[in-house]
Amino acid sequence: MYELSRGPLVWIAFAIFFFGSAYRMISMARMARKDKVVWPYMRWGPGLRSILHWIVPFGSKNMRMRPAFTILSFLFHICLLLTPILTVAHVTLWKESWGVSWWTLPDTLSKVMAIIVIVGALTFLLRRIANPTVRFVTSPSDLVLVVLVMAPFATGLMAFYQIFDYQTIVIIHMWTGAIWLAMIPFTRIAHMLFFPVTRGYMGAEFGFVRGTRDW
Amino acid sequence: MNEAPEIQAEDPGIDEAIEKLTPEKIQSVVQRVLTKESAARLKVYLETCVRCGVCAEGCHTYLSRNKDPLFSPVAKVKQTVWELVKQDGLVSPETLRGMARIAFTECGACRRCAMYCPFGIDISYLIMQVRRICSLLGVVPLYLQDTTNSHAATMNQMWVNQDEWVDTLQWQEEDAQLELPAARIPLEKEGADVMYSVIAPEPKILAQLLGNISQIMTIAGIDWTMPATDGWDNSNMAMYSGDFEIMGRVERLHWETAARLRVKKIVMGECGHAYRGAVYDGPRWLGWQFPPIPMVHAIEFYHDLLTSGRIKIKQKYTTPVTVQDPCNTVRGLNLGEKLRYVVDALCENFTDMTPRLEHNYCCAAGGGIINCGPPWKRSRMLSNKVKANQLADTGAEIVITPCHNCHSGIEDIIGFYDLGMHTKFISDILMETMEKPEDLKGSAGE
Repeated sequence: MYELSRGPLVWIAFAIFFFGSAYRMISMARMARKDKVVWPYMRWGPGLRSILHWIVPFGSKNMRMRPAFTILSFLFHICLLLTPILTVAHVTLWKESWGVSWWTLPDTLSKVMAIIVIVGALTFLLRRIANPTVRFVTSPSDLVLVVLVMAPFATGLMAFYQIFDYQTIVIIHMWTGAIWLAMIPFTRIAHMLFFPVTRGYMGAEFGFVRGTRDW
Repeated sequence: MNEAPEIQAEDPGIDEAIEKLTPEKIQSVVQRVLTKESAARLKVYLETCVRCGVCAEGCHTYLSRNKDPLFSPVAKVKQTVWELVKQDGLVSPETLRGMARIAFTECGACRRCAMYCPFGIDISYLIMQVRRICSLLGVVPLYLQDTTNSHAATMNQMWVNQDEWVDTLQWQEEDAQLELPAARIPLEKEGADVMYSVIAPEPKILAQLLGNISQIMTIAGIDWTMPATDGWDNSNMAMYSGDFEIMGRVERLHWETAARLRVKKIVMGECGHAYRGAVYDGPRWLGWQFPPIPMVHAIEFYHDLLTSGRIKIKQKYTTPVTVQDPCNTVRGLNLGEKLRYVVDALCENFTDMTPRLEHNYCCAAGGGIINCGPPWKRSRMLSNKVKANQLADTGAEIVITPCHNCHSGIEDIIGFYDLGMHTKFISDILMETMEKPEDLKGSAGE
């Protein structure tokens, strides 16, 4: 079971992630041709300017209006993206399989970052339930999604501290991680793929067509 | 003011129209719009939205209605587009009734929320898709549909006949001559530098604005003209009712009239949505990337007249003023700084609003909302308490509103919330402050 999870499962997940993402992006780009007003007005200069304002903390007015949410949201997303890539155990696996390796996070920092992801996810869950504006637009799938995103981090920490049966936890960790990766192109986590496109297009619409700013 | 708002007002344009519908009829139109007319944007927006709800801060309706979850931008999309997609368009006429209310009367398509959504999702575009569906099903607020019918029949928004149009221009020319004998409104002058176009409410109910521009153009020495034929109206309510075929016809005629007169550019009066229709939405529907000749908005035109010294200010306006940034010319055209230049040049006592420029709150009248008429006025007032507070905070007595929708909508808010202010156009204030050269005063010899 461990070998299966370590081997084929991970590669299948990566393949689904990469090919699925490419498929989604290419089909959207094609469909945008049918939506005749997208490409003629797309300009990457103003688009990138807008993207920049929205990926830098407090770069937009809305972020400045809600500092706590902004800090949490940025920490959550940064930790979510970097921890899996830079954790020692993960890089070791890459080295064993492919002979490649890169800089890693100190273990303590990895742990802290995983905890930040979990705390962030729990706060988002709480916000979904406690804030009436967000609750009104929340469906059960939104809650499930947050739990799924959180799962690899929770199991990763458990494996690190050897809580419960190590072997079982590692396998669950690999499976949840693989599911998470494979789901990116096909669920709302696709916002990760589409963010540059939607923000860039709106940035072009404001910056190029209208000569104004959207942050 | 404490009673609960009557959310669904009676409107024969909606209520009687839905009686003729069945879920199947609705479905066929929804499927046509969602699969044939909208493509990547709709799909990508629906899939990218993470339901975080931070767009709520962008919406005056939500803020004004005590942050009621029903009125956030994403909530409006949930109750309309999400539902239509989920049910594949098979919804009951009664459900559509609520969707029409949301799309036509609770969103002004001001696009402020696109600046508050982290993903830049164009929520107003999604709402416009709902209006499109409603329009194709004949479910449009009665007063708004009347303006679209007027566009279809007369090519202007307010059933102005051609003889009435010419007659009004001549009347206003004569009125202007009482103050400035040299004033003219040159009709049908081929090859003039400028064609001046207005929205139909000007000849219909605010004719003095035509007299104002006659004096301004004469003093500035502009080589200008106005058409005596249809095509003089630059407004476009069909754009907001969802009847894009009529929208396209109106915009085509407007540009073709300018081309027939062989003018170098169009200068337009103080209106926001007319700019949007003429320069953005109209050309896109017609398949033109950009308009064929330049269009200059009144704010920019006055700014250029002042900076070039073609008009001079004799005596500044002393009453305390503030200024409303219209969505379509400030958020939509970045004229905010030029507007302030003009206001500073004209007025001594100017206090800005907070928030301002592209972050200013919408007037809640534009986007077709005020055109939905009396049945929806109360709802429109309740949806913009935040504007009333914003106005009151300035302590101004006059609100300068360089847009017709802002002008009427804010005057309504001032009345409803008893703020003791009034709205004025820039040209109204120019009339009181502008230097009128002696030679122009005497030259008509009357």
